[in-house]
Amino acid sequence: MDNILSIVTFIPAISAGLMALFLHGNDAAAQRNAKWIALVATTVTFLVSIGIYTEFDPSNPGFQMVEEAEWFMGLKYKMGVDGISVLFVLLTTFIMPLTILASWNVTDRVKEYMIAFLLLETLMLGVFMALDLVLFYLFFEAGLIPMFLIIGIWGGKDRIYASFKFFLYTFLGSVLMLVAMVAMYADAGTTDIAALMTHQFSSESFSVLGIHIVGGMQTLLFLAFFASFAVKMPMWPVHTWLPDAHVQAPTAGSVVLAAILLKMGGYGFLRFSLPMFPVGSAVMTDLVLWLSAIAVVYTSLVALVQEDMKKLIAYSSVAHMGFVTMGIFAANQQGIDGAIFQMLSHGFISAALFLCVGVIYDRMHTRDIDAYGGLVIRMPAYALVFMLFTMANVGLPGTSGFIGEFLTLMGTFQVNTWVTAVAASGVIFSAAYALWLYRRVVFGDLIKESLKSITDMSTRERLIFAPLIVMTILLGVYPSLVTDVIGTSTAALISNYDTALAAAEAATQVASH
Amino acid sequence: MIQADLIVILPEIILAIYAMVALIGAVYTSKDALAPALIWATAGLMAVLAFWIAVNGEGTNPAFNGMFVDDGFSRFAKVAILLSAAAVLLMSQDYMARRNMLRFEYPLLVALAAVGMMMMVSAGDLMSLYMGLELQSLSLYVVAALRRDSAKSTEAGLKYFVLGALSSGLLLFGASLVYGFSGTTLFSGIVSTVHHGEVSLGLLIGLVLLISGLAFKVSAVPFHMWTPDVYEGSPTPVTAFFATAPKVAAMGLFARVLHDAFGGAVADWQQVIVLLSVLSMLLGAIAAIGQRDIKRLMAYSSIAHMGYALIGLAAGTALGIKAMLMYLAIYVTMNIGTFAFILMMERDGKPVTDIDALRQYSKRDPGKALAVLILMFSLAGVPPMLGFFAKLGVWQAGVEADLIGLVIVSAISSVIGAFYYLRIVFYMYFGDENEDPIDTRSSPVLWAALMGSAALMLIGVFYQFGIEGAATAAAATLVN
Repeated sequence: MDNILSIVTFIPAISAGLMALFLHGNDAAAQRNAKWIALVATTVTFLVSIGIYTEFDPSNPGFQMVEEAEWFMGLKYKMGVDGISVLFVLLTTFIMPLTILASWNVTDRVKEYMIAFLLLETLMLGVFMALDLVLFYLFFEAGLIPMFLIIGIWGGKDRIYASFKFFLYTFLGSVLMLVAMVAMYADAGTTDIAALMTHQFSSESFSVLGIHIVGGMQTLLFLAFFASFAVKMPMWPVHTWLPDAHVQAPTAGSVVLAAILLKMGGYGFLRFSLPMFPVGSAVMTDLVLWLSAIAVVYTSLVALVQEDMKKLIAYSSVAHMGFVTMGIFAANQQGIDGAIFQMLSHGFISAALFLCVGVIYDRMHTRDIDAYGGLVIRMPAYALVFMLFTMANVGLPGTSGFIGEFLTLMGTFQVNTWVTAVAASGVIFSAAYALWLYRRVVFGDLIKESLKSITDMSTRERLIFAPLIVMTILLGVYPSLVTDVIGTSTAALISNYDTALAAAEAATQVASH
Repeated sequence: MIQADLIVILPEIILAIYAMVALIGAVYTSKDALAPALIWATAGLMAVLAFWIAVNGEGTNPAFNGMFVDDGFSRFAKVAILLSAAAVLLMSQDYMARRNMLRFEYPLLVALAAVGMMMMVSAGDLMSLYMGLELQSLSLYVVAALRRDSAKSTEAGLKYFVLGALSSGLLLFGASLVYGFSGTTLFSGIVSTVHHGEVSLGLLIGLVLLISGLAFKVSAVPFHMWTPDVYEGSPTPVTAFFATAPKVAAMGLFARVLHDAFGGAVADWQQVIVLLSVLSMLLGAIAAIGQRDIKRLMAYSSIAHMGYALIGLAAGTALGIKAMLMYLAIYVTMNIGTFAFILMMERDGKPVTDIDALRQYSKRDPGKALAVLILMFSLAGVPPMLGFFAKLGVWQAGVEADLIGLVIVSAISSVIGAFYYLRIVFYMYFGDENEDPIDTRSSPVLWAALMGSAALMLIGVFYQFGIEGAATAAAATLVN
């Protein structure tokens, strides 16, 4: 199959289109059909995407399965995967069937709901595969539309505020990135990502409005991209849209947001910032590292005092993403491998945690931690699953959460000991808020009258959690499954980064003599 | 010799003669009863002429010693003007007929305005520029006040007339200064006097006054005051017309004057255009936030969009003109669809323009709501809609011309502007239930216009109907 990437990307969109055209009515049968079509479409996408994995050659650091076609305005339709992106593609196709299953109880505008999720899947896959700047931007930005609608239509009480905040926040970050992309196009004359990676953007310092800019154009471009990815990530202090969006989004929306959409920021840093603006990245490294450390500690503390379960997990996501940015900007093998690992593992764990909240929210229609307590008595299976993922979130050895945190901390330690020391304290805080949440929800006496008749997980719910449990433990005990695939690409990324920095260093020395 | 000249302006002659003959014919026969037939005939003729111009046009053909120029640029603009005017005419019929305001003069005035616009984009001389501009403006003043019995419509017409006359005065004063300091009214003559960037002070003042007059016609800030009131007061089909064809014509004329007559003095007018562009984008984005009336909202939206199109002009390059032309073509398509929807907004047969009335519209008419959603995201410039590529094009031109600051301001204002487009989506999809919903009635023409333009916003990403090649060729004839 020559164009397997396009096939995988567009199966969900085409199914959505067919559903929009041929599925009419809003009765029970139509709703059931919509759910099944969406489930089949996402499952088929996942099965086909396994083909990408088997065809992928881990020893090749370059882009593979590349497809290329002319587009317009000098742009190209170019898709491809390398070690950095291939696992994100699989993560996306893996998570989507689970989110559809998790939405089985939706009754309001089911067809539109499923269409929104299917379109979102196509756009997310496109982000990870696009090898043209504008094509990337198109997928990256278009993903806002379905998510805006998902939060706005099927969200909670304050959904309107949350959806507008989500959209405008991310839109502002992204348009600055677009301006930078246009500037890159003007400078390099191409929008091809592979070609841009070898293009040397000027790193000569200059002054703008009296401000001396070290690293020159590279730093400015870096900042423009940073505006977008930091918001998407999200990094402290531009993370405030995330708790709102998470709390208001329906369960499946939160799952997609946490498991996949947040990874686009980290992916963007690895795909654009480090390889294309090495000097700019080096200039900003300390700032990013400290922002990450602050994020880890600050958001962990904020998570401690949350009353709302989803908000607590949202803040915990921000903290975990802090490890990711830290690992990326450590720019060594452990750091970057750890960052990618952490993103994948967080994809499974945060998805599972939001699903855990969804399970009890479906029953009680509240997310207040105070409304629960003693669930273990009525819901033993649920208590077990929730515990596993709480532990994975804390980073217990044996779960995938541990490997990611450990690798990123190890990578950062070689670069900046103080940052690592501060961030490591976040590991303790995360144990504090996660275990305390678990204690308040699951343990204690079952005194609340409303909880006395609560039922344990249904077969459908168990089915959703099973693959997530398998992945969390599998990656925890056998991390080479991931690191073998990404290793060659990240090694190439790091060596290019170091070479570029050394070259820039040599150039400035020559200039100063 | 004269025969060759006449052949060049044959499309304009045909349309003008048609309008006059039809006017006299209708006066002496059944008057308003003929109006529907005239609408279809006029629209049909315009479509045929557009097709003719698009297919037959070739090369650069000056006529009447260069006073009138038929080239790739003017043809691109003419096709856009004729097609959008035809579409708006067809969209008007149902709306006007049901409100008993269908006058036979309406299609003919639109046709005469179109002749003026075709003249404008082909002008090669200050005289022909002014003739075309006034023919267009006078027709527009009258159609703005089409509803004589409505105070708002009369006010709109009067306001437009008074301010329009002022701007014409400025323009004429500028033109006379330019004539006085260059000794000629021909663009080709003017351009040779400013060849090496040396512009005399008198010529500069003339240029600035010319720009002010033209900025009024494209409703660029600070010459925009009339726009919201005229948009709101005019009958909705007329508003739809104002928002489309005249904008293309005025921008086309703008580009023609600046490049054909002052192409050697780019640095002198670039800063003025940059300022107009920045102010238009910011004001269009910010002032629209408070609007509750969808027609006023679209007025501010058009101000902002003209600001984006002006980026292409400000770049002063062929790439910029190409980006501007594509922006205009895409903008017109989006606006036709949006106004088709506004024309369908009514409650118990009465037109409604309050955006509040759209609450939960998607539940009652999912198809149309989806089309409006696509158009709104496209107007906001969110990919993958075509509106995004329009913005990308002008930004590209802006960055190539080293106008990074302008591009950054426009990026920020596009985010501010996104808010009010999103709000329409919000009302339609997430708003509270509406106790007093608007009707879901639709006429076939309006429905087709809405759906067609929404579909084009998506299809355009895959296939552009050769518009890019035409725009590139058009830009190449203007800037060399």
